[in-house]
Amino acid sequence: MRKTLFENLLKGPVTEPAPAIEDAALAELGTALERAARRKLGRSLSIREVDAGSCNGCELEIHALNNPFYDLERFGLRFVASPRHADVLLVTGPVTKNMQTALERTYRATPDPKWVVATGDCALDGGIFAGGYACVGGVSAAIPVDLHIRGCPPSPLQLLKGLLALLEKAR
Amino acid sequence: MPTLGEMMLQGRAMPEHHPWPRAVVDVGLWQLATRRLAEGHATLLGLWGEADAVHMALREETPPAIGVLTVECKNRRFPSIAALHPPAARLERAIRDLYGLEAEGAPDERPWLDHGRWGTRHPLGQASLSTPAAAPDYQFLTAEGEGLHQIAVGPVHAGIIEPGHFRFTANGEAVVRLEERLGYTHKGIDGLMAGATLEHAVKLAGRISGDSTVAYALAFSRAVEAALQIEAPARAHWLRALMAEMERLANHFGDIGAICNDASFVMMHAQCGILRERMLRTADACFGHRLMRDRILPGGVAADLGRDGAALLRGLVQQTRRKFPALIELYDNTASLQDRTVGTGMLKPALARQYGCGGYVGRASGRDFDTRRAVPYPPYDRLSFEVRVLNDGDVNARVWIRIWEVEQSLALIEQILDRLPEGPIHVDLVPGAGAGREGMALVEGFRGDVLAWLRLDAEGRIARCHLRDPSWFQWPVLEAAIEGNIVADFPLCNKSFNCSYSGQDL
Repeated sequence: MRKTLFENLLKGPVTEPAPAIEDAALAELGTALERAARRKLGRSLSIREVDAGSCNGCELEIHALNNPFYDLERFGLRFVASPRHADVLLVTGPVTKNMQTALERTYRATPDPKWVVATGDCALDGGIFAGGYACVGGVSAAIPVDLHIRGCPPSPLQLLKGLLALLEKAR
Repeated sequence: MPTLGEMMLQGRAMPEHHPWPRAVVDVGLWQLATRRLAEGHATLLGLWGEADAVHMALREETPPAIGVLTVECKNRRFPSIAALHPPAARLERAIRDLYGLEAEGAPDERPWLDHGRWGTRHPLGQASLSTPAAAPDYQFLTAEGEGLHQIAVGPVHAGIIEPGHFRFTANGEAVVRLEERLGYTHKGIDGLMAGATLEHAVKLAGRISGDSTVAYALAFSRAVEAALQIEAPARAHWLRALMAEMERLANHFGDIGAICNDASFVMMHAQCGILRERMLRTADACFGHRLMRDRILPGGVAADLGRDGAALLRGLVQQTRRKFPALIELYDNTASLQDRTVGTGMLKPALARQYGCGGYVGRASGRDFDTRRAVPYPPYDRLSFEVRVLNDGDVNARVWIRIWEVEQSLALIEQILDRLPEGPIHVDLVPGAGAGREGMALVEGFRGDVLAWLRLDAEGRIARCHLRDPSWFQWPVLEAAIEGNIVADFPLCNKSFNCSYSGQDL
């Protein structure tokens, strides 16, 4: 382990700022997001992710926000384990009827002020899963939504852009 | 006792079913097949319903055979398989919830997918009852004894993961019993499939379990091609395998990192996260989507690999080959990490065999089965790779199986790039062909074998389609693997299985 740690120190960031810098849009976006978060909340922004019946595709890309390329936390954005610690609910999925109550309870457990970001095409209106007996059909059918991030699934960059848009809107 | 092949001959053969036979059998033969399962002569590949019939797919090793047995449900009943062979239990509960067909003699009569929220009962059955009985509280199995306490977890979890409920009964730190309750992400996909065009249905298939979108689209497409008796062009076969191996790599990198992360070894998580992200970016550059969603469809593939893409992929394989060994060494030489993974979450080989656990879960517990080798489909019949097996059955073994699979997948990608045939990537389907044609496919996803079964209607649309996730035969044994472990090791065990919620909930 020491070898790997030492190597990382010597070689500079194994956490690869290179792809992040090369991706100028990402760095720019992240900084803007951080500014907006601080201006609005006076502190970093806490996000609670709720899967309301997604295929898990959105979760994979939300996870990616935490990888060393995107390293979400450096912008003052972090995922928290409880809705009680959250400012933002990031909700995925078409909202299955079997998840509706859990989603509503999670919403009620989140203190004000709070924002809801519906993430992914099926969170918008049920998407490809709309029309069946098993889905409510979109997050806004269950709880108030402030913003939709489209994509199937949205890429990490699209997710960052969406969060920025939320802060701009909430201002 | 007759073998599967003999039983197929005794039933009424359905000639439009490909590539393996299907036969309608009477209750007696159905029960004989159940006994073959219970006695370990056959493995259950799937069990699914229709409005008036139930199908079971079986595989026998000696002599090698795969087949589907169908029993017609007079009086909306069929003889329970789970009564003798527990792996069928949840599948039977799901059939009852969706179709209203009762498994007679079933050991567990509780609902599974139906949480009493749909506003209807038996939504896909012959006569769906629009007035559901008030949903009774779900009765968890009991565990009694001095000092036992229950811990309820979910459906909303602390991490960024899918929803499901875990009910632990613990004695101090030790788990006495875990019971899973799933179905929260049930989207009614079997219902949405009925009547869908192939174009739409393959998109649905690719959204059953997001991390296996390639495997699902591949299984579905192969089942359609089997039903229509057409063959995708050679280049399409090879590109499909390329995508499948890229998907396997991305998921294994994610899993290896996440397992270590659940043992609080964050560095591996970060390092594996880099490998995973590079793979996803390369997939995006090669095929235009990070998860390669909607890139495989009946008749071939939707995206070709250009020269630039191939070069990028070769570069990535070389780079990964340079980086990965140091991470394996790190995993193997970190005593505090090994302390968490070795001997944790033991799955006994007998249980893995009984349940027919696919993927790394089975192969880490002595089940020497990989669809790519056991039931080969092109181009794997022409590629060389090794399938390794361990008998330890612990978290560590499941990590090692993944590590070896990463090495094999890297080699497979190189072989595919070296030998990728030129030519078209798609054949057109004959419009309208289809009435009553049935197809089935078995494909090795990163998690294990995905089964696709479908029947087409006269317009060439889906009449009935069922996709069976490997998790159906992995989730139940997680309950056994966690027994006697401490509660704090559950995330670690769970991640080492990494079962799909959405895939089993459908």
